[in-house]
Amino acid sequence: MNADVLIVGAGVTGAAIARELSRYKLRILLLEKEAEPAFGVSKSNSGIIHAGTQNSPASVKGWLCVEGNRLMREEIAADLGLNFVQCGQLIVIFDLADLPELEKIREEGEELGVKGLELKDRAWLNANEPNLGPEVKAALLVPSAGIISPYRFVYALVENAVKNGAELKTSRKVSAIRPLEGGGFEVVAGGEVFRTRFLVNAAGLYADELSALAGAPTFKITPRKGEEYLLDKKREHIVNRIIFPLPSKTSKGILIIKTSDGNPMIGPTAHDTPDKEDLSTSDEGLAEVLAGARRMAPSISKSDIIAYFSGLRPVSGKDFIIRHEDSVPGLINAAGIQSPGLTSAPAIAVMVAGILKEHGLGLEPKEEFHRLRPRPVHLFQVPLDETRRLIGKNPAYGDIVCRCELVSAQEIREALKRGARTLDGVKFRTRAQAGRCHGGFCTTRIMKIMQEELGFPVTAVTKRGPGSELIKDERK
Amino acid sequence: MAAALAARAAGVEDVLLLERDQHLGGILNQCIHPGFGLHHFKEELTGPEYADRFVKQVEEDGGIEVSLRSFAVKLTKDKELSYLRPGALEEVKARSIILATGCRERTREMIQLPGTRPAGIYPAGLAQKMVNMEGWLPGREAVIVGSGDIGLIMARRMALEGIAVKAVIEIQKTSRGLVRNVVQCLEDFGIPLYLQHRVSMIHGRDRVEKVLVVKVDEELKDIPGTGFEIACDTVLVSVGLIPENELLEMAGAEIDRKTNTPVAPEVNLTSVPGVFACGNACKVYDLVDWVTRDSGLAGKMAAEYLGSLK
Repeated sequence: MNADVLIVGAGVTGAAIARELSRYKLRILLLEKEAEPAFGVSKSNSGIIHAGTQNSPASVKGWLCVEGNRLMREEIAADLGLNFVQCGQLIVIFDLADLPELEKIREEGEELGVKGLELKDRAWLNANEPNLGPEVKAALLVPSAGIISPYRFVYALVENAVKNGAELKTSRKVSAIRPLEGGGFEVVAGGEVFRTRFLVNAAGLYADELSALAGAPTFKITPRKGEEYLLDKKREHIVNRIIFPLPSKTSKGILIIKTSDGNPMIGPTAHDTPDKEDLSTSDEGLAEVLAGARRMAPSISKSDIIAYFSGLRPVSGKDFIIRHEDSVPGLINAAGIQSPGLTSAPAIAVMVAGILKEHGLGLEPKEEFHRLRPRPVHLFQVPLDETRRLIGKNPAYGDIVCRCELVSAQEIREALKRGARTLDGVKFRTRAQAGRCHGGFCTTRIMKIMQEELGFPVTAVTKRGPGSELIKDERK
Repeated sequence: MAAALAARAAGVEDVLLLERDQHLGGILNQCIHPGFGLHHFKEELTGPEYADRFVKQVEEDGGIEVSLRSFAVKLTKDKELSYLRPGALEEVKARSIILATGCRERTREMIQLPGTRPAGIYPAGLAQKMVNMEGWLPGREAVIVGSGDIGLIMARRMALEGIAVKAVIEIQKTSRGLVRNVVQCLEDFGIPLYLQHRVSMIHGRDRVEKVLVVKVDEELKDIPGTGFEIACDTVLVSVGLIPENELLEMAGAEIDRKTNTPVAPEVNLTSVPGVFACGNACKVYDLVDWVTRDSGLAGKMAAEYLGSLK
């Protein structure tokens, strides 16, 4: 198949680029090596829509973050039916001697165009964040920061891109890239051969290898691991904003993060690892995260933890790498997209579209671009009267599958219709299995619905793609 | 069912019995092993047989309305209950409520088991449901973390299905399960029980590949140099049960944070007058016979409460 633009990687960066380019009369192909979009770096994102602070005004990512934040608040959340909550953030200090550090963050933020930054004293904190501990002495309030579900953001971008004509192919790991005479590339992925004029590399942790495969070994990605620990929804109101300490050289520190689904999260750690597949959590990581979070909010306890995971940030130096590789004409890298990559993605997409145009791709708008994506139904987000109306429309909304998170059989079926193919894909889209019992009660029911809807045997149901089958044999 | 029947026997005219599953009987339906009813019926029954004796009585009783596939979403202190079932959101106001909501299993997440998060890690009760209710075999070589009764029962169940059960790992000095289960489910099948050991790491990207096991000292700290690996594709987690009292909490009842049980001076009571919690929702029992006994008492207590309102 032939494309004008082939994007490798259906994480938030690739998905945002696909959606942005789907405004134009172009053939767009989005390839993903995993079984579903968002299964790489994006799935373990904290879900923070950063304001743009804690970045140098000299950085590319600082400006992209501020613009991405604006796009989310003013357009994307409403257009794509996302549950974005602008809860704001606080950067706290434990010693008043650090006030100049906060002042510097404020000045740099303002230079980047972040609005509404204010220093707050202990009296204000007592009134507005009563669970912060006595060690916290003052804070910088950043009102434009917010939270979102990172994977549902990716799914929304992909669904809307596909609605506008882009094509998504999953389980397609790129194995070879050959330049074509007269420009463009031949890309081999998952046994299929694709031809494209332009190649956009949004391959996350593997962006360095992909760029090298295309002939531009110009950078290296080092994974930086972050362990995150989710707390019970009962602790939802432990803080009212996202709480940050002062940033270190390598990370924004251990945070207390509100999430759009209610469970607060603590973390992440930040440790470089040579292994791009190392998603383990550790006793040491837990101790580090608990100590960091409890310094800010001492009432957090180990028994509040209901889930944990780790993610890898694709780090290459201090800034994002977003550029045309002049040594390989037609190759655009969008790499090293670590924090604040989720926030920046829509702005990165606009930037990549600009680079493509600069290098000869015509961007002619479609007559009709479907800007809006209907918001999926989530019973846990709607009042009972709305639930009653939904059941009136479809009885299966009254058929509850996941008791901890209140997810109906109809929501599971809709998730499968929208592209979920795995148990994790169902979980990320619906929250079924994401609650207190971790699927103890609902896993078999979901597997049966998957069998019915997708028509495959139970031994083919996977957690996250081939190799992660749940059932080895059926009883004779 | 025991509470509903006892409430009827004590003179309550109108009982609504809500069940989220498509059958009455709850977890008993997946407990196909014997050992139930020795005290209550003076004979040994399997879980489904035990449940069935009550199902028959409930079905014969004209004063108990059963609503299956019904999921309670809201309960107020005034005993207004909302529940969903396929096709409807129902709202009822009761004069008394008995919660017999049972337990959920403690999970891998709650004991902060380190390592990766591949397929092949199951709460023991889920594995039991897969094997006994669906006929699905979750793996071929298993390690069981924790020696709770469900884990012990599942060790035997999997061994009978030809799955190699390589070890049961228990961090405490003694098994948490009944002695008879240690003997009949492990010793009789030659399955090793490692006491004072813990799984310190789970390996595997897509599916479990192996676990690292280490011996711990009196303070549950790892003893250096004692670590060893066990290759397996399955890890069952059997580390205890947590009473399900989220509905009760919604109704404003006081809940003990440590045990997740109602704070009350005696069994079955809650801090909300007329709202009772019985069976494993009230406290974690080791035998169903005692659940039946105390749940019957709850039905009687509810009847007495209704009497006091007149």
